[in-house]
Amino acid sequence: MMPQAGAVPRVERRLDAPGATRFAWWLAAGVLVTLALTALSMLIGTSSIRTSLAWLLSPDADSNTVLWQIRLPRAIGAWLAGALLGLSGAIAQGLFRNPLAEPYLLGSSSGAGLGVSLSLLAASTSLRGIAWSGEIGITGAAFLGACAATALTVVLSRGAAQTASLLLAGIVVGFLLSAMTSLLLLSSPDAWRTMQAFLLGSTGYLSWHSNALLGGAFLVCMLPSVLLARGLTALNLGEETAQSLGVSLTVLRLALLAILSLATASTVAQLGTIGFVGLVAPHLVRETRPVNQRQLLIAAPICGGVLLQAADIISRWVVRPAELPVGVVTSCIGGSYLVFLLWRRARRA
Amino acid sequence: MPDAYPISSRDLSVRYGTRPVLERLSVDIHPGAWTCVVGPNGCGKSTLLRALGGFIKFDHGSVWLQGRPVRDWPRADRARRIAWLAQSSVTADLTVAECVALGRFAHTGWLGALQARDEAAIARAMAATGAEEWAHRRITTLSGGERQRVQLARVLAVEASVLLLDEPTTHLDPPHQEDVGRLLLAQARGCGVTIVSAIHDLSLALMADRLLVMGRDGLVGHGTPQDAVDGDWLSRAFGKPIKIVRMSGCHVWQPQLASGDSTLILPATPQCADEIDAGAQLQGVEIERLGLRL
Repeated sequence: MMPQAGAVPRVERRLDAPGATRFAWWLAAGVLVTLALTALSMLIGTSSIRTSLAWLLSPDADSNTVLWQIRLPRAIGAWLAGALLGLSGAIAQGLFRNPLAEPYLLGSSSGAGLGVSLSLLAASTSLRGIAWSGEIGITGAAFLGACAATALTVVLSRGAAQTASLLLAGIVVGFLLSAMTSLLLLSSPDAWRTMQAFLLGSTGYLSWHSNALLGGAFLVCMLPSVLLARGLTALNLGEETAQSLGVSLTVLRLALLAILSLATASTVAQLGTIGFVGLVAPHLVRETRPVNQRQLLIAAPICGGVLLQAADIISRWVVRPAELPVGVVTSCIGGSYLVFLLWRRARRA
Repeated sequence: MPDAYPISSRDLSVRYGTRPVLERLSVDIHPGAWTCVVGPNGCGKSTLLRALGGFIKFDHGSVWLQGRPVRDWPRADRARRIAWLAQSSVTADLTVAECVALGRFAHTGWLGALQARDEAAIARAMAATGAEEWAHRRITTLSGGERQRVQLARVLAVEASVLLLDEPTTHLDPPHQEDVGRLLLAQARGCGVTIVSAIHDLSLALMADRLLVMGRDGLVGHGTPQDAVDGDWLSRAFGKPIKIVRMSGCHVWQPQLASGDSTLILPATPQCADEIDAGAQLQGVEIERLGLRL
């Protein structure tokens, strides 16, 4: 006998999205931490916190420039870039069903770096004080580089049907393009100096222009990711099963790879190559609470944003009045976290 | 065009690289029946199931789903008609309910808002397999048998007219194998669902409505279990005598351990042979009776 629709306990909607209310609290906490870190970021720089507070209370033209044209865009830009990295990490880990995957594995990061180097060599300018058109040009070059690298990876792995061959091809392409970037830069000592800080990853070049670009990229990447979340969940069950459920693997993969490329390219163009945020952010989210794929795709960017903002503050604090490249800080923190993950796994086994 | 059958193949050939797995295979799967595919390891059971579902490319021939080439069906339409259970065990980090809800993907699409009828299908499927007990748990915390039942629930939630199941009873304990067998028969006979499953347990397979027996050189026979027993298809398929006895109206496979027909040769050192000898004497068992020659 078919049970009547009304007789079926209506719990599945809630089951499909476990703990929606508690997830909302989690998100609210993430937003609060973001606001707190942004405020803290406004107070930290080459001058003391006391001076910064005085600037806030009695603003003048110079302090306004420092606070609103340098520190605030830097704080917001760091959050946006971290969010894009967190999103790429969550997508890469779902797409390759590998908890250690991140955009660098695809070679897209190296491709974006090569694109930036090429455009800088062509324009022979420095990174600081680049105009609007230059920003778009560099981001465009990075995107083209990332797309070309991703396409090369997909072709090398024969249509990206096999996860293992896709990862292998990605690593090969990554090495190849990094080597090409180094070769290019060696041929031009000026560009080498400019790119040095950039290759280590730095928030020092962030302006309102770059924020506009990062924010645009963030929106363009977030919306389709949330729509594709269900397909990514199905992919969890294996490629064949996902296919049998009616998921078009080609569409899903190409769309996700395009999002990955755009997210990677826009961060690389503005901040240089920053590692580990994409790896750590989704892990931290899963550590704090169980989430489904859609919740992860929303939460990982927030976590990534908070991480990079915090790393940015640390990079300006530890050796003040000088500062460290933020990529060094994320590598130290992220690397330790990775070691912790491996150590815990070994202990549990 | 084979119209009368829900799913059929004509001259189907599949090869992996240069190795032919299926060679010119033509089968018609009967509607509203549970068909079991049996045969030795590597004879192409899984490949046949995959080909019938249209999940792999074939080199030659065709597969027809409800009178239309299976690969010509629009993706979502096909996914609503065929549900697939893969052999590999799933290690996905999902809750049980999320996993079963994925069975409704073809009905709800990418945005996946579950309607009342989707929820009803999910609830029925979880009740039928007993998966509702763990609805809130994550799959990674379940045992192999429990995971298998969750996957079965996901397959049932599709409410497809054709179920292709690759070893649905793997990892299950005997009572749960029994449950699955009963469930499949009820689905086939009660709801008119067409089921094709690869199953290694011969006694269980002999309880199905139809048997599709495959050997290393292709199809041995396709008919009722009685046909298979009468024609001794299983012995031909496995290349060894397979003894089927009749017990209380059922065909049962009786493993021939006590006869000297099949000989197992153990690579044993003399020392080891002594130990086995001693062990066998302790249990009052003569090694010769087991057919072991050391």
